[in-house]
Amino acid sequence: MKFLREQLDSVEPHFLKGGKLEKLYPLYEAKDTFLFSPGETAEGNTHVRDSLDLKRMMITVVLALGPCILMALYNTGYQANLVIAEVATEANVPAESLQLGGWRSWVMDLVGVKYRFDTVEELGSFYTPGLANFLLCVLHGALYFFPVYIVCMAAGGIVELIFSIVRGHEINEGFLVSGILFPLTLPPTIPLWQVAVGIVFGVVVGKEIFGGTGRNFLNPALTARAFLYFAYAPDISGGNVWTAVNSKVLQDGAYKFDGYSGATALNAFADGAKVSDAGVLQMTGKFSDSLNGGEVAVQLSNSMTWFDAFIGNCHGSMGETSVLACLLGAGLLIFMGIGSWRIMTGCLAGAIGLSLIFYLFQSESMPILGIPPWWHLVVGGFAFGTVFMATDPVSAAMTDHGKWIYGVLIGATTIMVRSINPAFPEGIMLAILFGNTLAPLIDFYVVQANINRRQKRVSDDAE
Amino acid sequence: MSKSAKQVLFDPVFNDNPIALQVLGICSALAVTTRLDKSITMAVAVIIVTAFSSAAVSVIRKKIPTSIRIIVQMTIIASLVILVDQVLKAFVYDVSKELSVFVGLIITNCIVMGRAEGFAMQNNAKDSFLDGVGNGLGYSLILIVVGFFRELFGSGSLFGVPVMPEAYQPNGLMLLSPSAFFLIGFFIWILRTYKPEQVEAE
Repeated sequence: MKFLREQLDSVEPHFLKGGKLEKLYPLYEAKDTFLFSPGETAEGNTHVRDSLDLKRMMITVVLALGPCILMALYNTGYQANLVIAEVATEANVPAESLQLGGWRSWVMDLVGVKYRFDTVEELGSFYTPGLANFLLCVLHGALYFFPVYIVCMAAGGIVELIFSIVRGHEINEGFLVSGILFPLTLPPTIPLWQVAVGIVFGVVVGKEIFGGTGRNFLNPALTARAFLYFAYAPDISGGNVWTAVNSKVLQDGAYKFDGYSGATALNAFADGAKVSDAGVLQMTGKFSDSLNGGEVAVQLSNSMTWFDAFIGNCHGSMGETSVLACLLGAGLLIFMGIGSWRIMTGCLAGAIGLSLIFYLFQSESMPILGIPPWWHLVVGGFAFGTVFMATDPVSAAMTDHGKWIYGVLIGATTIMVRSINPAFPEGIMLAILFGNTLAPLIDFYVVQANINRRQKRVSDDAE
Repeated sequence: MSKSAKQVLFDPVFNDNPIALQVLGICSALAVTTRLDKSITMAVAVIIVTAFSSAAVSVIRKKIPTSIRIIVQMTIIASLVILVDQVLKAFVYDVSKELSVFVGLIITNCIVMGRAEGFAMQNNAKDSFLDGVGNGLGYSLILIVVGFFRELFGSGSLFGVPVMPEAYQPNGLMLLSPSAFFLIGFFIWILRTYKPEQVEAE
């Protein structure tokens, strides 16, 4: 520690005003305060309520995301391995003969990470894979998650750095959170260049244009995702992107596949699937073969229960599948006083309320209205969005009453988009961005109502 | 009003841009800029209408009764728009069809009306004509810049000719209207960084 401090102190003069590297001061400052507490103290009168600063807040959010990240790694790998095992079984060939294209399988072959299981039994079920297979799945998932994460941090970090240098302010921890939230909202197969383009747009348009961290009225991570969603829709929506096996699966001779398409629960619901009486949602996935004229080469059927969706055993964006992981995160955020329980509860209330109304008024012509409310809460990104995105303290409503209104608005809009708009199977992203834009208005009216109420009291007393 | 002719003509391009500073004429800037050829046709049409309507209003400005001046201005503008519309239909029918109602909607373009009311009613015909051309140019500049980027990134082509490499994946957002807001926003951002005096006082 002392060594580090001395090293930092010895280079400090170069970065101060008048030094050679004056322009790069933000870089030095970021490194210094990342390793040590800031040396500055407030001047003048201060009111300390709690030693909660931006840094501790942001780090807590990253910690709260821990369970989601772990689930992202495991589930991404498990779902990919599962599909490979199922294909091997269905096509009745040894898994070793299946060849996946792409650099990831090349890396796994090189270091000897097993990802081709002959049967599903060999892989094990989602809940009891055994330690060895669990680690293999995590490693497979890591090869999808970490490249996305690294590209995101590098591209976003460079933009942050440029703005800090030009504007002469410090780099802060705000981007650590956006930089981890954004990859978790992406499907595993997202092309890496899109990750870079997306986060640059998110940081510049969602945050820096308005003056940087603390002044952004939109959530930067969701701005980035929305940009990709509208710009490159085929890579972030539809059935082709949710399982990490989209590269060519080729075998000499009999089987040639490219592209596995597996539906998410919301895709399945949008196509009219229904939850059976036994509580099982039937979905299909298929390997199509565009080389041979788009024929369906292997058809897989898989099913999920409410419990699967709750724990996270399903296809989807990397971090969003597990509601349990989100709940653990929510617990930490609420306990530490960082995430607002009012917003989360509001979201829940709005979603349950509207989906219950739809459920009661379901009709033959619009089967999608019949998604049970308790399924709405566990499929798609609702839980992730509610816990980590809607509660972003900068872009959410500030007043207590406003938080309720804001939460209910987001919850209800999510269900509205999911059920009424056939173009978008998922609605939480658009709902939160919509909520973000309305948050200042909500606060304005809450504050105004309070002023009016108190003014009335004063004038009543005067009479 | 002692501006030189050059100032009258070129001030509206950067110093007093009708879209970037006065934020007028946004609707058509969103609607017609998906392709560069549409943008340019629209730009030329607006330059002609603004220039000649301002000149015409200026010539008769002392004869117009104040109470009905808006109606008189509208009549002049509408006649010119119909003229332009007919010419477009006669010579560039395809583009005219693509632009559909937006040529007709030049009548409601605030820039045209704004210059007739705000400048031509107080100035002589020559200055008004130049002012009309200048404001048309300012509008054109934004339209062409936005149209250039939207077609380049949204379709990978310029004037309908593919220019991007084969592997380029078109950006679907650029074909949606909101992208024009982003692009105009970026334009204003750059312009105001370069000319800080345009930033509104808080």
